[in-house]
Amino acid sequence: MTEPVTTTVSAGPGAVPDSPPGSLHQLFETARRELVLEGRAGEVWGIVIPFGALALILLPLALGPDVPLLARVGPAVFWVVALLFGMLIALRQSSADPAELRDLQRLLEVDPAARLVGKALAGAVWLLGLLLVLGAATVVLYAPAIPVRWWMVPVVLMLVALGVAMAATLAGEVAAGLRSRSTLAPLLAAPLGIPVLVAAAETTDRLQVGGSILTPTLLLVMVDLILAIVIVLAAGPLEDATS
Amino acid sequence: MTPIAALDGIEVRLGRLPVLRGVDFMVSPGEAVGVVGPNGSGKTTLLRVLATLLRPGGGSGTVLGAPLGTDQVRRVRRRIGLAGHQPALWNELTLRENLMAIARLSGLGETAADDALYRVGLTGAGGRSAGRSSHGMRRRVDLARLLLTRPRLVLLDEAAAGLDRSARLLVDAVVAEALGSGGGAVLVSHDAEHLGAAVTRVVEIEDGGMRVSGGRR
Repeated sequence: MTEPVTTTVSAGPGAVPDSPPGSLHQLFETARRELVLEGRAGEVWGIVIPFGALALILLPLALGPDVPLLARVGPAVFWVVALLFGMLIALRQSSADPAELRDLQRLLEVDPAARLVGKALAGAVWLLGLLLVLGAATVVLYAPAIPVRWWMVPVVLMLVALGVAMAATLAGEVAAGLRSRSTLAPLLAAPLGIPVLVAAAETTDRLQVGGSILTPTLLLVMVDLILAIVIVLAAGPLEDATS
Repeated sequence: MTPIAALDGIEVRLGRLPVLRGVDFMVSPGEAVGVVGPNGSGKTTLLRVLATLLRPGGGSGTVLGAPLGTDQVRRVRRRIGLAGHQPALWNELTLRENLMAIARLSGLGETAADDALYRVGLTGAGGRSAGRSSHGMRRRVDLARLLLTRPRLVLLDEAAAGLDRSARLLVDAVVAEALGSGGGAVLVSHDAEHLGAAVTRVVEIEDGGMRVSGGRR
């Protein structure tokens, strides 16, 4: 603090334009900020991802060296661990704005839908990171059969990451400002994430046996779309309700 | 002359508890009103009503011409600047990054944010994490936000509490800037001494109702 404090009245270069930036600009601005916030908070890469990987490591140790059994249960264990630890990421503390920041964003006329979708998008990026780490750990530790169409797996993972992130963002917003947020939000998010988990597990099952994945993939896409529509429609009323 | 804000018989309840009881209040252009009252008297609630963030349960009023309780308030929110009890900052961002984020969300350039940071004397400390900065520094960034966005209605909640002399002068500068452009300001505090030199009128609030009004400075 070496510079003098300027107390004279000047027009300055400030003064906000009459209309706020477009929703898409606000969405990406929110997503970018959320990525930075979580990257610096370190909750995801420092705690959730290592513990998720540890959960995958513990089961083979408990089951013993039964390679066929591990290969059979591997994908199922992957999805259960992914959903449980994915919820922790999607409901991470850094994504919960305190009251003063919520007020600030309302006064800046940040589109509530853009704010929530931006948060969900950032959550999906972190979730995808978790799924990739857990996926790699599953391949190494459980040696499941690699599907012929393995290149479909990243697409499924992306759809799952988006679905879980949107479900958790929605639940987090419903519980925003409540003292019981950390308890209530997972209880609200888990039922929303279950259709995503069921469709994802079915898709990878069918990929492994070489069957058609059209139906479960369409189900994943539909669940994601429904969640996106609900977020966009509910964002405004939720913001008003939690003020 | 259209008032900056005019409240008529405003009632607010939080649950069953009445917080504001029939409050009449007006801010004219070029006027900075100080609201003094003890803890729990409804000062912060009054500011939230004026900021259009809290919908009153009764009474009527306008803020920057928009009737309270209608969707029209959304169109004037960008002209309202609120510095609440807690500075509104993302703790994991640096002080400068916080202002940059607000500039981008407001449609302003990064130069404007740097200029505001300079005006509050924090250019050299802009790289500090907001979460690890002192209350005074965090409050200065809050004030820099108001210098950056230049709202027509400035609302300050205990803005000078815990600040050194130069920072208190900044509070006066923020208010003076709003008044100079034909806007208005409302400053609340539990202590009239903390309102600052820019206040033109002081009213008292007690138990959710205005007790004495019109005391000019």
